Amino acid sequence: MEKTTIVVHSGDLDKVLSALIIGNGFLAMGDEVTLYFTFWGLQRLMKGKLSKAPLSKMNFFGLGAWMMKRKMKKAGVATPERLMADFKALGGRIIACEMTMEVMGISREKLDANLIDEFGTVGMYVDESKKSQRTLFI
Amino acid sequence: MVESILPNIIVDVLGETCPIPLVEMRKAVMKAQEGQIIEVKGDHGPSKLEIPLAVKSLGLKLLHVREDGDGVWHIFIEK
Repeated sequence: MEKTTIVVHSGDLDKVLSALIIGNGFLAMGDEVTLYFTFWGLQRLMKGKLSKAPLSKMNFFGLGAWMMKRKMKKAGVATPERLMADFKALGGRIIACEMTMEVMGISREKLDANLIDEFGTVGMYVDESKKSQRTLFI
Repeated sequence: MVESILPNIIVDVLGETCPIPLVEMRKAVMKAQEGQIIEVKGDHGPSKLEIPLAVKSLGLKLLHVREDGDGVWHIFIEK
């Protein structure tokens, strides 16, 4: 079985959405997939914060993100919550970066334990990545 | 001949957009037993193209793709 590893460095709504869509795509087409959340990406693993995120461009203090969510709903695009549930249902793995948790001031208690399969550091990412045919950085 | 394909599992993704039809197809494949037939029914145009790609990638058999006049497509897959 082939394998894909994606580093989710950004916590922006559009980028996390991209990571989840691509992750689900690879799972649906037969890969094993690991998402490695680090830096701002970690904020999206905090309890109830998956879609409480700014846009990478034209956020306008949250107005842009609000408009994007409205447009996505109108277009019938799946929410980050649904995509995350699908990702887990298809066997996707999530690793939270332990080192950057400290840097970002995020304790384990603040993170949604249901989402995270493992806590790791760069060595775990490298190990996963070396076993992968593809690795992406988002 | 085509009319005689009787699916064991029907996946209704009408109104859903990328990547949900692909994801729901995969869930159905995971549930299905060897030899069972899955029908995926949807209306998101690009998904009609990507599901056969996934079928190939997963090593499954694409039995038939049918499109109705109203943009609704049916994809028959054998596990």
